[in-house]
Amino acid sequence: MPTFVYMTRCDGCGQCVDICPSDIMHIDPVVRRAYNIEPNMCWECYSCVKACPHNAIDVRGYADFAPLGHSVRVQRDEEKGVIAWRIIFRNGEKDMNLLAPITTKPWGKHIPQLSDAPAPSQEMRDGELLYNEPKYLRFDDGGLHTLEAAGLQLKVGVYE
Amino acid sequence: MMGYKTVVEDGIDILVCGAGLGGTGAAFEARYWGKDKKIVIAEKANIDRSGAVAQGLYAINCYMGTRFGENNPEDHVRYARIDLMGMVREDLLFDMARHVDSTVHQFEEWGLPLMRNPKTGAYQREGRWQIMIHGESYKPIVAEAAKKSADKVFNRVCVTHLLMDESKENRVAGAVGFNVRTGNYHVFKSKAVVVAAGGASNIFKPRSVGEGAGRVWYAPWSSGSAYGLMIGAGAKMTQMENRIVLARFKDGYGPVGAYFLHLKTYTQNGMGEEYESKWFPALEKMVGKRYLDVEASHLSHRPIPTCLRNHAFINEVNAGRGPIHMVTMEAFQDPHLEEIGWHNFLGMTVGQAVLWAATDVDPKYENPELTTSEPYVMGSHATGCGAWCSGPEDISPPDYFWGYNRMTTVEGLFGAGDAVGGTPHAFSSGSFTEGRLAAKAACKYIDDGKAEGIRVSDEQINRRKEEVYKPMEHYKIYRNEITAGSVNPNYINPRQGLDRLQKLMDEYCGGVTVSYMTNEKLLNIGLKKLKLLEEDLEKIAAENVHELLRAWELKHRHLTSEAVMHHTLFRKETRWPGYYYRGDAMKVDDDNWHVLTVSRRDPETGEYTMEKAPCYHLIEDKHEAKAA
Repeated sequence: MPTFVYMTRCDGCGQCVDICPSDIMHIDPVVRRAYNIEPNMCWECYSCVKACPHNAIDVRGYADFAPLGHSVRVQRDEEKGVIAWRIIFRNGEKDMNLLAPITTKPWGKHIPQLSDAPAPSQEMRDGELLYNEPKYLRFDDGGLHTLEAAGLQLKVGVYE
Repeated sequence: MMGYKTVVEDGIDILVCGAGLGGTGAAFEARYWGKDKKIVIAEKANIDRSGAVAQGLYAINCYMGTRFGENNPEDHVRYARIDLMGMVREDLLFDMARHVDSTVHQFEEWGLPLMRNPKTGAYQREGRWQIMIHGESYKPIVAEAAKKSADKVFNRVCVTHLLMDESKENRVAGAVGFNVRTGNYHVFKSKAVVVAAGGASNIFKPRSVGEGAGRVWYAPWSSGSAYGLMIGAGAKMTQMENRIVLARFKDGYGPVGAYFLHLKTYTQNGMGEEYESKWFPALEKMVGKRYLDVEASHLSHRPIPTCLRNHAFINEVNAGRGPIHMVTMEAFQDPHLEEIGWHNFLGMTVGQAVLWAATDVDPKYENPELTTSEPYVMGSHATGCGAWCSGPEDISPPDYFWGYNRMTTVEGLFGAGDAVGGTPHAFSSGSFTEGRLAAKAACKYIDDGKAEGIRVSDEQINRRKEEVYKPMEHYKIYRNEITAGSVNPNYINPRQGLDRLQKLMDEYCGGVTVSYMTNEKLLNIGLKKLKLLEEDLEKIAAENVHELLRAWELKHRHLTSEAVMHHTLFRKETRWPGYYYRGDAMKVDDDNWHVLTVSRRDPETGEYTMEKAPCYHLIEDKHEAKAA
């Protein structure tokens, strides 16, 4: 199913509604808590699971091929820059904890504000370089590749 | 219905429709070339988790590594050319490949964790083109960059149509759509538009049934809107027949790239035998030695095209020797590799980990099953569907150049990512790079004065508004004719329409239940049925705004499917055995079909015209050759 929501943990805050790429996490008007309105359009992408501040959302594998009784849980921590997973098999014989970094820098701090970057010259506008090029291509004096420099041309027809 | 407000955003310079990797790249870069320009993003979901990379990636599949002396752009072009049986736009590929490393280096600077090879200091390679990353937050990171550059981000606005200029024919003027939360009608008047929406999942009947229909290989929210929007505006499309079939872990469609390349796992049939090579001699006769030369491949490590490996898989299964297994039991004895195997899923296809946990499949003790998927229509993996776009001035031959890089045949309408045709193997980094290229060109288009005097009448805006909400009107009118339920003689709902589309595409256009087989007769029947479906889509009913979203996604999928059907009919050969077969022309026919297919749908009449476009290839310049 994809995702489902535990009644006792959800407070209807709507974080999952806000993030779901498929627009399938909605608030039920009667119980005023979130639920998955269209399980067959759920990718099990876990965006809502990660976004839920109460760990109220979980995933039960697709009914047409996944037996019951498994668990894949996650905690994503932007401040610490890590994500922690726990996978438990149906038969209980495998129980794995896996940790991975999600960023190496404080959130958004190292992304440039391009309106503040020095304006490109007319020559650059008329040429083929993009922002930060050629420097960022190789971090040496190398320039942008061209067909001419590579000794290549484009020719119509079947190649050999 | 007309109770919904009309919200007009005027004076936009660059409108980005769809903010996945292509769209975020476009919005980010546009600010550099257009400091004072008004840059606006319209995204049907939330930019922080939208597009095909919403759940993350465990690898960046397109990185040259020129910095580390690894590959040059022309190497990548040759690789993509071989993999796609020659049918690529080599100017666009070369251009993407020569810029893609600067994109990846920026990602690292922004905080995306790229793994390093401790011995060499270079990025950790998974394969020749792939580098390994901890990419759970890939999308939120690039979204930050786009948000910093854009003046406004409209989340939850589903763009349904492009607006066209009424003072000059064939020139774009913006877009319209609706907010999937408020229901409001949004009008974006813009000088240039970058369509960076997605390719199409869910147009061929999936193997899964019921709930599992969501576990498609490509995201279920990839609704072919890149194609629907551009085809609707009369832009020419190319290579739409070139759908892709994926060999993946069964049911979960978990990725196999890291398994093959990094973990060195391999496949075998149900008897535990190697099976691929025995299909190759007959296949060599079908496609010719130019495309499959087993001996040469063995000697030079030339890759076997993805479709041809699928062909061996499909034939082995049909011969009764399935299932095909991935041999993981050897690699997974190494605890380090075992961990990578699991991280690989958690980073990009959690559902596969869910499935193995549910079925107690421990790849350390059991070799998991593989399958071949239903077909998908997109343009950034091992397939190149998309719009017919201009290339860059310094590379493209006249046949491929009309003024602005990545501009479609509609003036002011640019593409990036899945939207651009003939550029397979761009993947995430290449799509972001294409967005950057399109944005720079769009700024130049405006600065050159090409977007002056655009006129959009209220009539056009109101006509589109009526069209956008028609499914809800239709529901309101006919709903009370029946007591309850979903069966109504006057309408179908979006799910019913999608089911019909998937069934007919599957049966007539080479889906999974017919082992990817079609022919001229089948395709002509399919086209007739698509026309009937088009008539019924005029009577589609949406109960609420969410269903309205599904209705418009379906309409975009339908337009995409019609293009796929026409292109498949036009190309009278089997260019990619393993992706699909034309039973009435089972061979590669280079004499007649070493060309790119180009289509245009007349927006007024809906009529298609097809043409062949020359296929150019990189060759060594005779004067310069041998020097290297």
